[in-house]
Amino acid sequence: MTQSTRPLPAIRIDAGGDGTEVVLSGDWTLHLLCPLPPDIQRQFALIPSGAGWSLAAVSRLDSFGALLLWRRWGRQRPLRLELPEALAPVLARAEALPADALPVEPGYRFLDGTAQLGRGLHAVAHHVLGFVALVGHILISFGGLLRNHDRWPLREISANFYKVGVRAMPVTALVGFLIGVVMSYLSALQLRAFGADTFIVNILGLGIIRELGPVLVSVLVAGRSGSAMTAQLGVMRVTEEIDALTAMGISRHVRLVLPKVVALTLAMPLLTLWGSAVAILGGMVSAKLQLDLSFDFFLNALPRAVPAANLVIGLTKGAVFGLLIALVACYFGLRVRPNTESLSANTTASVVASITVVILVDAVFAIATRSVGLPYR
Amino acid sequence: MSSFPVELQGVSTRFGKQWIHKGIDLAVPAGEVVALVGGSGSGKTTLLRQMVGLLTPAEGEVRVFGEPLFSGSHQAQLARRRRFGMLFQQGALFSAFTVFDNIAFPLREFGVRDEGLLRDLVLLKMAMVELAPDVALRMPAELSGGMVKRVALARALALEPELLLLDEPTAGLDPDLSAAFVALIRSLHQALGLTVILVTHDLDTLAALATRVAVLAAGRILAFGPLDEIMNVQDPFIDRFFHSARSQAALARGHGAG
Repeated sequence: MTQSTRPLPAIRIDAGGDGTEVVLSGDWTLHLLCPLPPDIQRQFALIPSGAGWSLAAVSRLDSFGALLLWRRWGRQRPLRLELPEALAPVLARAEALPADALPVEPGYRFLDGTAQLGRGLHAVAHHVLGFVALVGHILISFGGLLRNHDRWPLREISANFYKVGVRAMPVTALVGFLIGVVMSYLSALQLRAFGADTFIVNILGLGIIRELGPVLVSVLVAGRSGSAMTAQLGVMRVTEEIDALTAMGISRHVRLVLPKVVALTLAMPLLTLWGSAVAILGGMVSAKLQLDLSFDFFLNALPRAVPAANLVIGLTKGAVFGLLIALVACYFGLRVRPNTESLSANTTASVVASITVVILVDAVFAIATRSVGLPYR
Repeated sequence: MSSFPVELQGVSTRFGKQWIHKGIDLAVPAGEVVALVGGSGSGKTTLLRQMVGLLTPAEGEVRVFGEPLFSGSHQAQLARRRRFGMLFQQGALFSAFTVFDNIAFPLREFGVRDEGLLRDLVLLKMAMVELAPDVALRMPAELSGGMVKRVALARALALEPELLLLDEPTAGLDPDLSAAFVALIRSLHQALGLTVILVTHDLDTLAALATRVAVLAAGRILAFGPLDEIMNVQDPFIDRFFHSARSQAALARGHGAG
């Protein structure tokens, strides 16, 4: 038998000799009363106060129906109420409810803004302290490992290296190649106007090797591997795997954090080299098509236009960015609390923070190395 | 109302090459508390998940309220789903919601728009599972194991279900809490006239709650009937399960409580 064959809730208002009598019938249940049928809504509005209520013909009453009536009655029993024995307990449960006993979430007050600002500043200080503590933990475990050579988590490092390095090569190559093509194409249009075609080698070489390569690869890696690290550590927190490790006396910093940090620090310079090389290849292809500059000429001009110091700067940046991305990712991963909201918030924060840190540190590098490796000054 | 809220007809389940169930026939009568028992890995929880449509059997049919689970229009299926509630083993509370929002969620989805009514309804459900109103704003992570189960039960009861499915309702609770939880379920069963299907390992729970027991072993229903009848069935599995010294003690305790 399906729901539709149940008797529908109905309401009848009898204006008899001894006052108005409201007669209810049918099933007064959630599935039939929500949304409230317009007919019943209209009748409800017509009932005068002080009317008598008869529930004798009600075939079923659930707690939704009982609450609906209870609220219609203004949280007190009508003076005249005909209530069958079977429905009494249901109504009694609704009656036992205290009015508005649920705690209310405090609304937004004027001073809350100030408090929020203060909390924000505290949070920043908290993050900085926590980050320093994490770095300290890693240095301590690193020191411990220097004395205990057989404790190095080599398998974890190698597995992480494969995940963050080797598996990232295709996407790095694709993005690098396209950026190289685009840069070369746009520069070629300008340079041809001045007849300075050959300077494309300088622009591409210097721009990509020194600046664009490391930053581009970092942004990719932060989005790809940084978020994965945060999510992985976060889920391990949620499922208490990290607590299980601690209970076994295994340091989370040695087993989980250090391999990620070491692997990404080692992998990033190589990825930067790979990404920059492919970007330059893209630039060369585009220059060949646009300016008819041969590959031979390009490759011969490159070492003269870009001193080797730039390569060192680029690769150093790569390593430093890799170190920072892994540290930030692990920091936020270990902060996840066991609920889904916290996991998503920390993963987001991890990616945003690591990209921001990369760009900040890149600016520091630019200032610190302003007199190194630039051919014409 | 259909006299058999849940009917299984020739249900067979296969995981990979292994057959978990081979032709299970079971009709759960309305208003009963039916316990599914069986050894570890005998597919009790799998059967429960098939009843609510989380898994589909390889063969056979699951009928809920007299109709196949996946029949009719989208609306009809939704209406059918809203007639039963399920309590998951770990509670499965939405961890990003407060207790209040967890219980209010199915009601809001159903279409209850009146916030005042919604607050009263949630408060009523919380009172039904004996939760104090002041836990309403807590997050699931801040609750004890027993409270998580209570909130999950309140959420399962939110849409006034006619059928309640419980997956290991007392697993992970200490004896005191689990006795209280069993008493709670029994009083709700009596008050609301629900049909309850539960999966349990715990003989205390079984003896105190179940009006009928279905024994699942070797991929089929070995026996189905009141506990006293089941105890008299001659079978090596039933013998081991119900007649060991520990089981006897537990059943005696459960009967005492019942």
